[in-house]
Amino acid sequence: MSAVLEIEGLRKTYRSRRRGARNALDNFDMRVEAGQVHGFLGPNGSGKTTTLRTLLGLIRPNGGRMAILGHEVPDTLDQVAPQVGAIVESPQFFPHFTARDTLSLLAGAGGLPEQRVDEVLELVGLRDRAGERVKTYSLGMKQRLAVASALLKNPRLLILDEPANGLDPGGIREMRTLMRNLAESGMTVVLSSHILGEIQLICDSVTIISLGRRVAFGPVDEVLARHSSGAVRLRLEAVTDLPVAAAALTRSGVRVTTNDDHLMLGGVDKPATVTRLLAEQGLYVSELASVAVDLESVFLELTATAPVPGQHRQVDQSVRVDGTAPSAPAGGGWGA
Amino acid sequence: MSLFRTELRRLAKRRIARWMTVGGLVVLVLVAAGMFLTNHKIGPEQLAEARRQIDRQHQEQVRWADQERANCERVKAAGETADHYPVDCAQITAPPRESFDEQWFLPPTFDFRASFGEMLIPLAAILAMVGFVVGASFVGAEWSTGAMMNLLLWRPKRLTVLLTKLGALLTGLLALALPATAAWFGSMWLVANLRGTTEGMTSGTWQSFLIGGLRGIVLALVAATVGFALASLGRHTAMALGGAVAVMVVGQVGLGILLAMAQVRFAEAWLLPTYAMAWMTKKVTLQDWQACDATYTGQCEPATLDITWQHSSVLFTVGIVLFLGSALWMMRRRDIT
Ligand SMILES: Nc1ncnc2c1ncn2[C@@H]1O[C@H](COP(=O)(O)OP(=O)(O)OP(=O)(O)O)[C@@H](O)[C@H]1O
Ligand SMILES: [Mg+2]
Repeated sequence: MSAVLEIEGLRKTYRSRRRGARNALDNFDMRVEAGQVHGFLGPNGSGKTTTLRTLLGLIRPNGGRMAILGHEVPDTLDQVAPQVGAIVESPQFFPHFTARDTLSLLAGAGGLPEQRVDEVLELVGLRDRAGERVKTYSLGMKQRLAVASALLKNPRLLILDEPANGLDPGGIREMRTLMRNLAESGMTVVLSSHILGEIQLICDSVTIISLGRRVAFGPVDEVLARHSSGAVRLRLEAVTDLPVAAAALTRSGVRVTTNDDHLMLGGVDKPATVTRLLAEQGLYVSELASVAVDLESVFLELTATAPVPGQHRQVDQSVRVDGTAPSAPAGGGWGA
Repeated sequence: MSLFRTELRRLAKRRIARWMTVGGLVVLVLVAAGMFLTNHKIGPEQLAEARRQIDRQHQEQVRWADQERANCERVKAAGETADHYPVDCAQITAPPRESFDEQWFLPPTFDFRASFGEMLIPLAAILAMVGFVVGASFVGAEWSTGAMMNLLLWRPKRLTVLLTKLGALLTGLLALALPATAAWFGSMWLVANLRGTTEGMTSGTWQSFLIGGLRGIVLALVAATVGFALASLGRHTAMALGGAVAVMVVGQVGLGILLAMAQVRFAEAWLLPTYAMAWMTKKVTLQDWQACDATYTGQCEPATLDITWQHSSVLFTVGIVLFLGSALWMMRRRDIT
């Protein structure tokens, strides 16, 4: 399979005179194969939008190389631009134009026939409201218009930054089918979203980013398999003993997520070691079960962003690939 | 080419472009109507009427002088003190008939040859204002609403996009300014015909008026380009409009007061409107009353400084290069987030 999208060692530093420099992207790698629906995941502020903006030539990178459909960007971006449809983070439109005018002006700029406008309006369900000003649209309607503008070119690569943002349940499901259909017709879709159940349903592969670096990537089932092995649910006879157990397990290198009545353990090779460890502490296990994890728990584990009771995680508190995560004592060294 | 046509279409769809166009045209129509209503044709009838009025006024003056003289003589004869009368009562006389000018008693009239030149200035001012506001809003609103970012996803060549937008703007402005100027020529000619005179027009005056109209259009194009460049630099319409207001209020009024206080010679030479005027009228002569250029007759003449349209064109060129240049440079460099 050929790569539709390649990013290697991408670096971007935002500089501001007052707060100095911030490394939004720090040697970030990404690769998307043709015909896939690729999920692009990461906590808030991890650099997803920055990556996509850089890719689309809106932001100048500080280093690294990128290629779309075999064209180096940003140098030859204007050659591939007609084949890349994109929405970047709740796109804004000129509020006093109608949806049809908005799309028609974009089609004009891209030299596309006018009838394409009606096709995409139909596709995203805005046909009957296309004559109204964008200002009067609801959030979801604006989002639909954004998707329409990305589909207008009938692109080979479709880049959607949080397209489900504001869509109703029906709209989300419709978007899911739409994306599957587009992928089947040969379009490659890169999708950034925080709705991981959705991603798990429609994506073939994912890239997970944390603090500007890739922490995991690959086909969804592989990523799940690679990181679900050691996931274990632990219940004790007495709920009050949970903190003691958590402390003991953490000391011996197990990743622990505390819940109300049970602990979730990560990175456990043999459940027996857990039993032995707890028995030594005089703690009695009432349930010890391997669980099939979903993408969400893998994500929380990989990025170390699972909520901890009594703590308010701040943005930027997530796993740093080459160091330890601020909020995850046992984190580090995961993924790629 | 498709981009250029699209941008023209966008410009025509913009409400501010429509409103400013309509507003500008309405003001021009009002000015023309005002010219029509306040001016009158001068014929033998009006001249006769003026002479009648002069006669009447003259006679009144004569009567009044006679009366005052009589009063004066009576007071003097009675031996009362009267400071407000001259020593010699015979000095009280009415002004001679010739000192009444017919002009004073004639209604205003529109002499095309004499006055059309200055009537080009309001036209140029309105076109320039429309150009500035529409130019600023055309790109400023694109930036602030995020529509520019969207467009760049379609056309990643930023300089091409910005310059094409500017081209569309100037084309649109020309499409307004050329017919408006032609209509201005036509309506003023009409006013002169109906409420004044079109006498004395030579091909030379026609030529100079045509060039005057052209100067006005160029001024409007310059204003539009500067507005466009400022709004693009600030990524907001308000940036250009606010900047213009700031320059006008602080830079011009404030500077004017400051220069006056510092008694700088030819303070107006530092103010923008002087250059706009000089551009339109070819030359503005500033005078310094606190200097003495002696004449042969031993009188003091004020020192003068000529600001010519060449000075203005240098200033405009520098302004455009500076603002548009930095707008293009910023466009190339900046991160669009
Ligand atoms: N224009 C900017 N100037 C300075 N810093 C910025 C700018 N844009 C983004 N950043 C910073 O870069 C980092 C990455 O931001 P980015 O928008 O890429 O995150 P994201 O992954 O899209 O997050 P989210 O899930 O919330 O959309 C953040 O720390 C953010 O504060
Ligand atoms: Mg984002």
